Amino acid sequence: MEGHQLSWPLRALVFVLMLFLLAPALLVFPISFSGDRLLSFPPSSWSFRWYQSLWQNELIISSFLTSLSLAVVVTMLSLAIAIPAVYAIIRLKTPGSEFLYNLFTAPLLLPTIVLGLAILIIFATIGLLGTFHGIVLAHLVVTLPYALRVLAVALGNVNLACEEAAASLGAGPLTVVRRVTLPMMMPGIIAATALCFLVSFDELVITLFLTGPKLTTLPVELFRYVETSADPMVACVSVLLFFFTLAIIMIIDRAMGLTQTFVR
Amino acid sequence: MSAAAIPDKPATSGLGGQTGLALLFPIVLVNVIGFIIPMLNLARMSFNEYVPGGGIREAFILGNWIKAIADPFNLQLIANSITLSLGVTLATLIVSYPIALYIHWSSGRWRSLLIFLVIAPLLTSAVVRTYGWIALLSNDGPIIRSIKALGVENPPRLLFNTTGVMIGLTEILMPYMILALLAGFGRLDPRFEEAARSLGATPAQTFRRIILPLTLPGIALGWLLCFVLAISSFVTPKLMGGGRVFLLATEIYDQAIVTLNWPVAATLSILVLILFGLSLAVYTRLLKRLD
Repeated sequence: MEGHQLSWPLRALVFVLMLFLLAPALLVFPISFSGDRLLSFPPSSWSFRWYQSLWQNELIISSFLTSLSLAVVVTMLSLAIAIPAVYAIIRLKTPGSEFLYNLFTAPLLLPTIVLGLAILIIFATIGLLGTFHGIVLAHLVVTLPYALRVLAVALGNVNLACEEAAASLGAGPLTVVRRVTLPMMMPGIIAATALCFLVSFDELVITLFLTGPKLTTLPVELFRYVETSADPMVACVSVLLFFFTLAIIMIIDRAMGLTQTFVR
Repeated sequence: MSAAAIPDKPATSGLGGQTGLALLFPIVLVNVIGFIIPMLNLARMSFNEYVPGGGIREAFILGNWIKAIADPFNLQLIANSITLSLGVTLATLIVSYPIALYIHWSSGRWRSLLIFLVIAPLLTSAVVRTYGWIALLSNDGPIIRSIKALGVENPPRLLFNTTGVMIGLTEILMPYMILALLAGFGRLDPRFEEAARSLGATPAQTFRRIILPLTLPGIALGWLLCFVLAISSFVTPKLMGGGRVFLLATEIYDQAIVTLNWPVAATLSILVLILFGLSLAVYTRLLKRLD
């Protein structure tokens, strides 16, 4: 750091630019306690009325529950599908699996608006539009690339010698996977769980193409709400979601710290 | 179970190929139904014919494609999308560069805190951040009110027009730009700057001759990433454009959901992918020249 006098004009400039970056996200906290009828900043009066009206908004509550169950199902399926796949790619080195790995991580690079439209057209013809399992399938396409990448790194880090030692002591392949490989992959599995959950829970654009009148998710409902009305309620949802996301990340961090002390 | 497992050999040879295929089957199934068939079908759909009010007729016509690149409205769409994305990318670069440079120069806990603050907005959804901008930029929001307090009679509208979309998108893309810049700043060594300064270069000269050239790889990476994200962005233009800003992404959505003209929506989607490919080609060219 010597020789770097971070001059105060640069510091001031960076401060202003950081403010620009963080302002809209920070703004929802004061707005959520607004007592006004319409969205305004700064609010002219303060209250909890929008938090109260949130509890009475059945659409928001039910879409939250839909998003939650969707994210749970998608996360479990992502792990159940991705763990065997990375085992085939990294350990068994099945012919062609490297090509498949590259192909199946490609959806990450595609614009979601294009992928959403493509899935909409197919789902419309096979009757998956507006169905829970249809949205699960679409979410899997975008969560699996994350799961594949994280789990491939995790499995790559597992020492092959441990598996060979277990096998030479008479453990069958399944036992080796269950008792040695999977426990040693645990930090990666937990990270993949968190990523898949958050990606599915937050997914908006693709889901927007697939929701029906009876089934919507929280991001879709929030999007429609912001599009049609301008009141402080969305701010309340945002604040609650912020703490929800923070809690998940902290639980994961705690769990990962714990497993890491066990594994190493 | 253990009794049954004893005769097994380690499953790396012989049966390995079949086991591997079985293990890969679920992911192949999901991606074939949810990714490969839809994308191939999308390309096919762009050659079908849209019958107004009557759905889609299987055909093999070039009409959608000719219309997509010859119709004045669509040409305007493409031009709007490209110019807006270029403008947003430039603005994002200008506001992100000082932050990235500052983070690159700082160290320890301060650096970790700054990086956390840069990533934190990514944890809130684009809808929420756009909502925050709507509160800030609306006609009775704090910014317009301050401008009015300074005595400006008719302040410019900052929301529900291109200006609003540009402000919102710039902020939305900043974390990506900062992270890309940081990733590309590896070659920037403080010793070079010290050397330049000790040889008598002014700060401006040091920046132009040393810092800027060394950070060009980062700039190129950030430029590619943000341009690609900007041209396919949908949420912010839709919410902050107020239905008055027409871009490729919003038009794809409207054609698909409102008009139900899937052939045209498909054509415009493939067009976006072509623009993606072109940006990538320009980037790799540029990178080669930088080396």
